[in-house]
Amino acid sequence: MTERPLTEEPLTEEPLTERPLAQLSAAGVAGAIGVFGLVGSLALGLGRLTAPGPGLWPFTVSVVITVLAVVLALTGRHGTDTEGFTRASVQTAIAVLSLVVFAALLPLIGFEIPSLLLVFVWMRFLGKESWVSSTAVSIGTVAAFYVLFVVVLEIPLPRLI
Amino acid sequence: MDFLNPVIDGFGVVLQPTNLLYCLIGVVIGMLIGVLPGLGPAATIAILLPVTYGVEPVSAIIMLAGIFYGAQYGGTITSVLLRLPGEASSVVTVFDGYALAKQGKAGTALGVAAIGSFIGGTVSIIGLTLLAPVVAEVALDFGPPEYAALSLFGVLLVATVGNGGRTKSVIAAGLGLLLATVGRDTFTGASRFTFDTLNLADGIDFVPIAMGLFGLGEILHNLEERHRTVPAPAKITNVWPSRADLRQSSGAIGRGSVIGFVLGVLPGGGATLSSLVAYAVEKRRAKHPERFGKGAIEGVAAPETANNAAATSSFIPLLTLGIPANATMALMFGALLIQGIPPGPQLVSEHPDLFWGVVNSMYIGNILLLIMSIPMVGLFVKILRVRPAILAPITVLITLLGVYTVNNQVFDIFLVIVFGVLGYLMKKFGFEPGPLVLAFVLGSVMETAVRQSLLIFGGNPAGFFTRPISGTVLVVLIAVLALPAIRWAMRRRSVESRDEELV
Repeated sequence: MTERPLTEEPLTEEPLTERPLAQLSAAGVAGAIGVFGLVGSLALGLGRLTAPGPGLWPFTVSVVITVLAVVLALTGRHGTDTEGFTRASVQTAIAVLSLVVFAALLPLIGFEIPSLLLVFVWMRFLGKESWVSSTAVSIGTVAAFYVLFVVVLEIPLPRLI
Repeated sequence: MDFLNPVIDGFGVVLQPTNLLYCLIGVVIGMLIGVLPGLGPAATIAILLPVTYGVEPVSAIIMLAGIFYGAQYGGTITSVLLRLPGEASSVVTVFDGYALAKQGKAGTALGVAAIGSFIGGTVSIIGLTLLAPVVAEVALDFGPPEYAALSLFGVLLVATVGNGGRTKSVIAAGLGLLLATVGRDTFTGASRFTFDTLNLADGIDFVPIAMGLFGLGEILHNLEERHRTVPAPAKITNVWPSRADLRQSSGAIGRGSVIGFVLGVLPGGGATLSSLVAYAVEKRRAKHPERFGKGAIEGVAAPETANNAAATSSFIPLLTLGIPANATMALMFGALLIQGIPPGPQLVSEHPDLFWGVVNSMYIGNILLLIMSIPMVGLFVKILRVRPAILAPITVLITLLGVYTVNNQVFDIFLVIVFGVLGYLMKKFGFEPGPLVLAFVLGSVMETAVRQSLLIFGGNPAGFFTRPISGTVLVVLIAVLALPAIRWAMRRRSVESRDEELV
């Protein structure tokens, strides 16, 4: 059977790869959430169909999640819809870390310095922009945000100045 | 002509200067993010949700709607010029659009796409105007069992029709339903899954979930794909399509409008699916299907018309039933709730200014977009020169500070980060965040409806099948879900019988 492909040229050059381990761990996490939901809703009390308790609905949903997690573990191992973690994923980890630092500093020292650092770190170290443009854009962004949020919209952001 | 009075009043609402301004802002933002690959309309609407708190309901929804259909116009530009679809709904436009661009006919492709989008959008608005009040009228009689069935239908169809594996999508939807139960149970007052923290006592807000999963999650995911170099865009010469081009694509535009309108209304349909179907229909109807992929103008006209028609008509289930048909509509649902306006059949009669204001703003928006995409297209192509390395941190900052302003709580920033990481990981492991957000939005509606129905039926779940509308919806749902299994079984049998013949 020869099915004509939709296009002559493939849109992505990346080969589709099977990652059984990734699929299994996805199923594992989903299953864990399902079991957690089951235990939690049992503790809340199911009640009866004529008088549903607070746990009945979450219990039903958790049953569906758990069953499908098992299905995924059994049938989904050859799926090609996962992406592997590459060296670039380290960047994402750094990015997330910078966001957490931002959120932690915001109530302590106001939004200006954390915002400046966030934009600068993302541009200079994650985006490989030059020192000059990273500095200029980060200062410009914070200035623009200050004018917009503090001066124009008068939103009570925690701030230094 | 009593029927027409609210429609005409709606134009009065749109023509107020503030609303015109918000319509313009919306379509310009939509056009911009449509041109920029990476952030889609769902992510943008999610990021801008905090802005809508301070804006009048009508203006807010007009703006958000503008972003959605504006992105359908903008997505075309990168598909044609760079072979990079700006939006998922413009993926099929790449095949013939880029081929036309290589032949030096980029302008023709963009012009036909813009005109097709305009016609598709307009046809769909007229359909919406005529159909929506009728559906809303019928839906006024719906009780809890009907809502339970419809919301289940919506969630499961979005999960199974959407891209990504079915099992994974339904798991994601289940997770959304589970997250919706966090907080106080409205029936019994019991605290559910709050871990005894005050921050979760009232449940999780929709805004941080949407901003995290769609906004931040997408930004984090894009960080890794940034290294792809963007080729120089093809030169645009003449954007006004010739009369021959228009004649050739008129049939495709007509069929695309109808396909888009119909598929947009169905749950899980929406812009992406309708563009694929419209392309496939044109290719099958064509006398010389081999032209497709090598620069057939119909291959641009049909999908672009259809995605815009679908973007418009997908407002029908939201505004008349209160059931969002896709992930972007789930965000609109959230935006309406923020404004204190529950979407549903009462919307047309109780908030006619909002309903008709939003619907009629789409005429204005489409005209603005037509102007922007034909004479001003060069301006938007220049946007492509802005590097993602500069845009990403600014977008992140808007997201984090934006969510803080909603409740002035740092906890919300952490929630966005948590859901951003979840969204990133979901994409990595092949889960779509769309079904999760949709299910989360419908979660409390669905639970309340199911529990009320159980009370009505005296605890007998079979009661859902005894009422005509809920019964029909559930039977259709079961049929749709069983279809792939039946097809699989039949294919297996035919393979087996062929094996027997060989022996």
